[in-house]
Amino acid sequence: MTNSLNLFIGLAMGLNLLALASSRLPSVIRAAALQGMVLGILPLLLEHEFEWMVGVVAVCTIAVKGFVIPHLLRRALRAANIDREVKPLIGFVPSLLLGAAATIGAVALGGVLPLRPEQAGSLLVPGSFATVVGGFLMLMGRGKAISQVCGYLILENGIYLFGLLLINSTPLLVEAGILLDLTVAVFVIGIIMDRIQKEFDSLDTNKLTTLHE
Amino acid sequence: MNELALIALPLVFAALSFVWPKEGTRPWLLPLAGGCHAASALWLLVHPPEPEAGAWFGFDPLARAVLPMISLLFFVCSIYAVAYLKLRPERRNRLFVLALLVLLGCLSLAIQAQHLGLLWVAAEAATLMTVPLIHFNGTARAFEASWKYLLVGGTGIALSLLGSFCLGYASLNAGGNGDLTFHALAAQFVHLSGDAARYSHPWLLAAWVLLLAGYGTKMGLAPMHTWKPDVYGEAPGIVGALLAGGTTTMAFVAVLRVKQVVDAAGGAEMTHRTLLAFGLFSMLVAALFLLGAQDFKRMLAYSSIEHMGILAVGAALGGLGVWAALFHVWTNSLTKGALFLSAGNIRRAAGGRNVAEVSGMAWCAPLSARMFVTGLFAITACPPFGPFFSELLVVRAAFTAHGTFTAAAFLGCLLFAFFGLTRLVFAIVDGRPRAAARTVANRFRETAGVILPPLAFLGLSVWIGLATPPVLSSAWTAAVKILVPTP
Repeated sequence: MTNSLNLFIGLAMGLNLLALASSRLPSVIRAAALQGMVLGILPLLLEHEFEWMVGVVAVCTIAVKGFVIPHLLRRALRAANIDREVKPLIGFVPSLLLGAAATIGAVALGGVLPLRPEQAGSLLVPGSFATVVGGFLMLMGRGKAISQVCGYLILENGIYLFGLLLINSTPLLVEAGILLDLTVAVFVIGIIMDRIQKEFDSLDTNKLTTLHE
Repeated sequence: MNELALIALPLVFAALSFVWPKEGTRPWLLPLAGGCHAASALWLLVHPPEPEAGAWFGFDPLARAVLPMISLLFFVCSIYAVAYLKLRPERRNRLFVLALLVLLGCLSLAIQAQHLGLLWVAAEAATLMTVPLIHFNGTARAFEASWKYLLVGGTGIALSLLGSFCLGYASLNAGGNGDLTFHALAAQFVHLSGDAARYSHPWLLAAWVLLLAGYGTKMGLAPMHTWKPDVYGEAPGIVGALLAGGTTTMAFVAVLRVKQVVDAAGGAEMTHRTLLAFGLFSMLVAALFLLGAQDFKRMLAYSSIEHMGILAVGAALGGLGVWAALFHVWTNSLTKGALFLSAGNIRRAAGGRNVAEVSGMAWCAPLSARMFVTGLFAITACPPFGPFFSELLVVRAAFTAHGTFTAAAFLGCLLFAFFGLTRLVFAIVDGRPRAAARTVANRFRETAGVILPPLAFLGLSVWIGLATPPVLSSAWTAAVKILVPTP
């Protein structure tokens, strides 16, 4: 049980590093989408017997994170006619190294925070923290709006991973609310991105520099 | 039943505004909804319902202590909104009206939420609903502000979700059954010892750090304040007033609720120290930026950061401090309402926002300029306005709880903020108006619709300060009783 779970979490952590190291935007989107789908499968692995609500949440997660959002992002990519992240604030190699360091740090931190006996030995906490930090690095270090949105998605994936620790005890209603909010958030982000594209004729957030002291 | 009405009523009106066919009459839905909301909130303030044990939301003492203020703020702003939207016939108002009403519903839900997850969902929804309000003007600058708001606010809200999960896990480790209402959480962590304490305390610590960072971002505490100047500078004045008085208050309530849980677990010393540090740092940062600010709407943002700092300091100072902070929530929000609305008028009359472009406003928009200057003295705590009395109480709490250093740092920051604010305000009010502004001035008329709402805010600010209604002081006392249990 724990082994297959850890395998998937390890895969998600690897996808972090892939997203951090890649300069081509389509592959960043693909990494984030794949990560979302991997995470969508996890609740099914955690449950001992199949519950239909968990199944619904899993299917919704996979559909939204794996197909709907990546599709919107690809459309934005085509509209803006960009393909590549140029001149990021934090370079690809440094961000990869930072991501790797964060992964090691997360494993160390996971050792300090005591887990419940039935979850001992799982990589949920380290995986979650590593993914959150990876997403945060992308959010801060990239210049293109689409990369920042991918960073945000990866950040949310990390939090979702953490939420799995609580899946047996939190009411699914709250989780459904969370999923809904995230979807709306991404839609709003998409609309604003669209407007920025029309207004500035680019999705380069380095050009958003009018407002400052 | 009434508690639910506070949430459902704005949402019903929002749906109505969506299907309303006439652009010209749609804004009237705002004062209608605001009036009904304010009436039921004030009724609940006077006749508080018995709190239901284990309910996910309810009009508990803390909601009673702040929600009527938000209701009142929205009502007065909504009257201004009718006149404002009439001045802006070129922008379609369906989304604006809808988003304002949904925002009111989300704020009512978030402030009444007694459940950790529900609080987060409502706070996130409120954050998203402000985005269409911020880019109402549709300019490039407005989109830039919305983007920054989404990124910083989204990250903040993500951190608070992570923090909520940590708190939930801490409760599981302490032997909880998954009940995440604040009351149950607080009850659970009291008198924890042995293994349960050892397993849950690291998680509690992580939860407090993440939740303070997350909701602190929404409040605009430094160093998570970076979205504030951009947003307040670009959003319409009425949105600024609602953000500075409504959304930030919601975030402060969230911090207080979490603090209550962490305090119950024996972390009171830590929460006090962190809140004090964040509060004083915010005040310092705001004071320094105020000394150099050039744009009078961004100036209001720094002033708001300063006052969020005051709230955080108040919350760190024990019972009297929390009481003063709740008092300050009212006085600050109402005074900020007057400042934002009159600043909006000045902005329209001047056609600019920078000291370099704007001067002589006492001539171009005499009534608004007078109210702006009066509001300035009110917000910098000159008697007889409300902020004077609430800040005086914070200083008193600082002297009794922490001795002179905290009080001295607090007063020093206030003094620098006063220098910065007066410098900028008199620079735009005095002097000769620019030639360009004179022609624009012919177009801007100070009608009753844009003058009376800020005047009402100033009147409320004086009234709350000089003659605090006993029902309000008793509401604050009741809230302090649940937040700071006497040892």
